[in-house]
Amino acid sequence: MPLFFVRMALQNAFRHRLRAFLTVLGIVIAILAFGLLRTVVSAWYGGVDAASDSRLVTRNAISLTFPLPIGYKYKLRQIEGVTEVSYANWFGGIYIDEKNFFPQFAIDAATYLPLYPEYRFDERQLKAFLHDKRSCVVGRKLANRYGWKIGDVIPLRGSIYPGNYQFVVAAIFDAARKNTDTNLLFFHWSLLNDRIEQLYPGRANHTGVFILGIDNASRAAEISQAIDREFKNSLAETLTETEKAFQLSFVAMTEAIVVAIEAVACVVILIIMAVMANTMAMAARERAGEYATLKALGFGPATVALLIVLESLLLAACGGGIGILATFPVTAWFGHVLDNIFPLFHVTTHTLWLQVAAAAAVGLIAAIAPAIRSARINVVDGLHAIG
Amino acid sequence: MSIAVSLRKVAKTYYRGGQAVPVLTDISFDIESGDFLGLMGPSGSGKSTLLNLIAGIDQPSSGQILVGGIDIAQLSETELAGWRAAHIGFIFQFYNLMPVLNALENVELPLLLTRLSARQRRQHAEAALAMVGLTDRMSHRPNELSGGQQQRVAIARAIVTDPQLIVADEPTGDLDRKAASEILDLLDRLNSDLGKTIIMVTHDSRAAERAHLLRHLEKGELLDTAPAALHRG
Repeated sequence: MPLFFVRMALQNAFRHRLRAFLTVLGIVIAILAFGLLRTVVSAWYGGVDAASDSRLVTRNAISLTFPLPIGYKYKLRQIEGVTEVSYANWFGGIYIDEKNFFPQFAIDAATYLPLYPEYRFDERQLKAFLHDKRSCVVGRKLANRYGWKIGDVIPLRGSIYPGNYQFVVAAIFDAARKNTDTNLLFFHWSLLNDRIEQLYPGRANHTGVFILGIDNASRAAEISQAIDREFKNSLAETLTETEKAFQLSFVAMTEAIVVAIEAVACVVILIIMAVMANTMAMAARERAGEYATLKALGFGPATVALLIVLESLLLAACGGGIGILATFPVTAWFGHVLDNIFPLFHVTTHTLWLQVAAAAAVGLIAAIAPAIRSARINVVDGLHAIG
Repeated sequence: MSIAVSLRKVAKTYYRGGQAVPVLTDISFDIESGDFLGLMGPSGSGKSTLLNLIAGIDQPSSGQILVGGIDIAQLSETELAGWRAAHIGFIFQFYNLMPVLNALENVELPLLLTRLSARQRRQHAEAALAMVGLTDRMSHRPNELSGGQQQRVAIARAIVTDPQLIVADEPTGDLDRKAASEILDLLDRLNSDLGKTIIMVTHDSRAAERAHLLRHLEKGELLDTAPAALHRG
């Protein structure tokens, strides 16, 4: 019996071809837009997801723009639970034009790269980088974007640290994990420090952040507190948090945008829900006589309601399925266009499930009112609708 | 013969805009098993309402309706639905077939409420369609059939569950003379060969001639009882 009604609901769903086509098209667009917007939100949090809980970031407690003395590294090594200490500076250079944005960091390579096993290097290339102070390493995505090869010279114009810099590409690293961003450039902190020493001697031997490896991720809070206690009442007090929390603090600055995107995604679904409810209401009204006939033959209100819910779910499944499938190529294209803004722009499993849930909700909720109304239809009144 | 339908002081009143509109008043009569009753009367006389009450798709305002000994006015909506599925075969003026189902599926529809297997349902539906002479139209949808053929599918649907009582509301009202005659022949056969009790509402005097007994309604009241032969005479 259920299969019979599934077939009947399927045939009912596509009875008016144009209406069914337009409804399905609407759902496809809504689910696609929903998926795309959700992917933007995921991409926004991409850096947070890729960040580690077992790495800590120590920065100046006042603000990230205030540096910390490099000498702190010795004290940091003494803190119980800290296994590695490295440091890095945000460089903010411009490659030819300002629109060519990509993150660049001056790092203490010998200590920094071992903390990031998610960057996969060719051993020989890595060795070449470590031995050449004027060299840099670039991620695969970045290298592909500008067609850089080993040995190419990359000119960068400093915006925070004025001057023209030239780096030789010594290595191109790959991502060991799917969510690792390879749209990055690293060069030697010592080179930057030399330049700062020439330009602003008082600001030399300082770093933007310390990156710390710890022995146990579950002790991150305890170790962070120990570090900040150590530098309490010093000239540069510290604020230590996990790398994930550090990344999240950046996202929090733009949270209003994320909330707005999420709201738009929900509105899109609400709109298609209303359109779908209208479609189902029209269909149910047109078929009042048929539902009355079913009831006259002995079928209960539940059967009538089931037919409408099934029809609505089938339309939603059809539109939702196509919408979900279309999300992949559209997201790939979108990700390619916005490569420099969202280096990790891909549909997550979570987004897919949300799309499935949204399509199911559209199908189910849109059917509620017409299903209840049709289930309650008076047989005599419904039969009068025929003729 | 046993009594198939017994009506006692049946009345039906509709309420429109707060005003009571009596449609049927003090209707009492019996229909014997195997009868072929024609209900006639002008538009608005209440004949379709009376048919709906007997078929259990409407409830009387007062009075008692016994069908097969069951007082259907006392049944709940769910009980009535089950009762209709088991005991009543419907034939409507506009056939009321499901447009998305083919002839076989339309006939199979009432059998979904039985415990029959899919195979048994199909066999029963094929047999019913064979009885109305539509074996070669089983896979056709209603819009691919003529009016007469659609009404024959509706008759097959009405008899597929083997109900004792068949209610027909203007079964020839939408058909040309030839098709109407074929449908009436079929109803004759159902009555004479299979012993089905048939109650038919009609305006058509040719259709009325096929009934064994005619009852006239006017302004909601039963006028007289006369064998159909008298009307013909």
